Amino acid sequence: MAAAVLALSALGLSLVFGVMRVVNVAHGEFFMLGAMLAWWTAKMVPGGPLAGFMAALVVAPAAVGFLAFLTERLLLRRIKYDPEATIVATIGLLFVIQQLALSLFGADAKPVAAPFTYRIAFPWFGYSGYKLFVVVASVFILVGVWWVLARTRYGLIMRVTQFDRETATAFGIPVNTVYSAVFVAGAALVAVAAVLIVPIQQAHYLMGLDPLLMSFIVVIIGGLGSIKGSVIAALIIGMADGIISVFFSPTLASIIATLAVALVLVVRPQGLFGVTAR
Amino acid sequence: MADNRPKKHQEDDAMNGSKLIVPKKPGLSRRKAIKLMGAGAAAGLAAGPGFVRYAQAQSSEPIRIGFQVHRTGIGAAYGRWYERTTTAAAALINEQGGINGRKVEIIAEDDGTDPGRGAEVVEKFATQHKCDVGFGTLFSHVVMGSAPRAGELKLPYYVVSEGHHVASTGLNRYTFQPGITDVKSQVIAMAPWIAKNVGKKVCMIYPDFAFGHDHRDYFSAAIKAQGGDVNALIPIPPTESSFTRYFPQIPADTEVIYHVMVGPAVLTFVKELGEHFGSSHPALFGFIDSLEAVDLKSPGLEFLEGSYLWEAYPRFAGASPKPHDTFYREKVGVDANGASVSDAADISTFSHMFGCWETLFILKRAMESAGYQGPADKAKLIEATEAMTSFAEGNEHPQGDKQFNGKIHQCFGHQNITQVKSGVAEVVYRTTIEEGLYEPEGDYTKMAL
Repeated sequence: MAAAVLALSALGLSLVFGVMRVVNVAHGEFFMLGAMLAWWTAKMVPGGPLAGFMAALVVAPAAVGFLAFLTERLLLRRIKYDPEATIVATIGLLFVIQQLALSLFGADAKPVAAPFTYRIAFPWFGYSGYKLFVVVASVFILVGVWWVLARTRYGLIMRVTQFDRETATAFGIPVNTVYSAVFVAGAALVAVAAVLIVPIQQAHYLMGLDPLLMSFIVVIIGGLGSIKGSVIAALIIGMADGIISVFFSPTLASIIATLAVALVLVVRPQGLFGVTAR
Repeated sequence: MADNRPKKHQEDDAMNGSKLIVPKKPGLSRRKAIKLMGAGAAAGLAAGPGFVRYAQAQSSEPIRIGFQVHRTGIGAAYGRWYERTTTAAAALINEQGGINGRKVEIIAEDDGTDPGRGAEVVEKFATQHKCDVGFGTLFSHVVMGSAPRAGELKLPYYVVSEGHHVASTGLNRYTFQPGITDVKSQVIAMAPWIAKNVGKKVCMIYPDFAFGHDHRDYFSAAIKAQGGDVNALIPIPPTESSFTRYFPQIPADTEVIYHVMVGPAVLTFVKELGEHFGSSHPALFGFIDSLEAVDLKSPGLEFLEGSYLWEAYPRFAGASPKPHDTFYREKVGVDANGASVSDAADISTFSHMFGCWETLFILKRAMESAGYQGPADKAKLIEATEAMTSFAEGNEHPQGDKQFNGKIHQCFGHQNITQVKSGVAEVVYRTTIEEGLYEPEGDYTKMAL
C-alpha cells in the first residue's frame, strides 16, 4: 500500500528529473493541491462519493497540470532550466502554493469519502478494500507510464531528449514542447496519486512535505531519472517501512530509510539503477 | 570644479534643497505635500501596533488580552473554536460593563501551533501590543515553548492546555492554568472506574510529545494503583498521517485500548482503527481528543458504538441540560449536538474550549479583586489569582464547579465518562473533584515575582 503510493508520487519527480535534469521541490505541493482539489470537487459534484471521485480524477490532474504548465512557461523557461536556480524557484513556489491553499481552503483537515467502503476481514485483523484498490490502480498507472515510455513514439521522443538534448534538437525534436509535456505529465501523475490517497488520509495544507521527502528518498535510492529504479526503490522502501514498523517501530523505519539514502549516496552516487549524468 | 567630497555629503546637499529642482506642479504645493506627509506619518504611527492612544487617560484604555491562537498548523480546528469561545466570552464581559469599568480587548495572534513562533507571539504581546496578559494557548509543546518567555518578560500568562506542565511547577510564577483540569488529575480520577468497569489490561496509544507523555506516565501509574497493567505503549509522532502500521503492535490479550490522539489526522486514526478491528475489538476507552471536531456519525466510525469516552464537558447536551449549559451554548453558537448553529457539519472542540470561557471570567475576578489598573499591578494580579480557591458552577463556569490550588496554579474539576449509543455520547459517570486530587509537587508562590 505504502509502496504503491510512494512509487506513484516518486514517479512524477523521477520523470521530470530524468528528462529535464531539474529538481522540482514544489512536487509535494502539487500532491497537496491534487488532494485539496479532490476534496473541493467531491464537495461540488452531486451524486455521492463515487461521482465525486470520478470527477476529481479528471479535474485534479487537469488543474494541477495546468498550473505545472504555467510554472514551466513562466518560471522554468525564464531561468533556462538552470538546476540551482530551479531549486530556489521551486522552493519559492512551494511556499506560494502552500500558503495559497491555506488562504483559500483553510487550515482544517478535509475528509473525503472513499468511492466505496468495503472491509476485508481476516481472522485476526481487517483491511480496507479501498486501500487494495489503490494498490491495483497504482500498478496499472505504473505499467501505463512504462508502456508509454518504452513502447510509444512519445516515449521514444522523451528518451531521446533525455539522452542528448542537442542532438535531439538537431533531429527536429521540439525539445521545449517535450519539456512542457513532461513537466505537466509529472504534475498530473502526482495529482492522480493524491486523488487516490485522499480518501485514506484527508486533505491538509501541510500534507505536501511528507511525500516530497519520501519521493526524494525513493528517487535518490532508485537513481534519479530511472523509472525502473524509482519503482523498485519505492517497493523496497515501502515494504521495509511496513515490515519494520510492524515488528519494531515506525521511527526505526524512518531512520533506516534515511540511512539507506546516505549509504546509497556514498557507495553508489548515481543510485541503484541510475546512469551517470552526462 | 568637481565635487570631491564623499557621496553622502553630496546627497545631504541634495536633501537640503541646495541642488534640488522642484518642478512647479499646479495643485500640489510644497506646503500641501509636507502636510500630506505629516498626516501619513501620523496615521502610520497610530495604526502601528503598540502605539498608545490613550496615554493621557489610563483608566479609559481597554484591558488588552493577548490571545495566542492556533489559527494554522496542526491545532487549527481547536484554534477556530477557541477563538469563537473567547470572542463570545469577551463580548459578554463587555456587555456586563467590562473589568474594573474598562472594556476588554482581545488581541489575537496566530502562532501556527509552533513552539518557536509561540515564544515570538508572547514577546509581541509584551513589547509591541503592550498587553496586560497573555492567554489561551492549547497545545502543550507551544506552552512549553512560550511559557519561559512569558516568565522572562513578566507577562501573566493564562493557558488553556490540559497538560500537566503548569501543575508540575516546572514552569514559572507567571504561568497559570485556572480554567481546565490537567491530564494527571483527569486520569487519576478515571482510572478506578476504568479498572472496575472496562478492563485492567490496557494498551495505550498516544501522541509522542509532552501531552501524550503526561498520559503515558500518569495513567500507567494510576491503573497500576488499581491492580491493572499497561501491556503495551504505542507512541505516535504528532505529524503522522496514516496509522494502520501501528495497530499490529496491540497485544492480543488487551482488554482495553486507551487512545488519545490530536491533530488534523484524528479522523483517519479512528477510521483506520475501525478498519483494523471491525466489530470485534477489545473495549475502547478514548479521550475525546481523538474525536474533537469530528462527527461521531461519520461513515466508518460505526465501530465506536458502545465505546467509552472521556469528556471534560459532554458534547451532547442530553435530555435535561442545565440552564447555564444552554446559556453557554447559545452565546458561543453551539447547538445541543456540539455543532455550530450555522453549520451542523462544523463540530466544535467542546471538551476543551470551555476553558477559554472560564479562564476569562477567572481573569475578570482576579483583576477585580486585585483592583487592577495597569501593568504596574501585575504582581497584585498574580497574587490575587493565587489567592483563589474555588469557582462555583454557573454561567461563568458552565462545565461545573472547580477547586483551585494557588500553589501549583492549577484547577481541578469534574470529569465525565460517556458511552457512545447510536452515535450520541451519553454520560455514564461523572467523577468527583476529590477523585482527581493529588499531592502538589511544588510551590510557585515561593518563587520571586
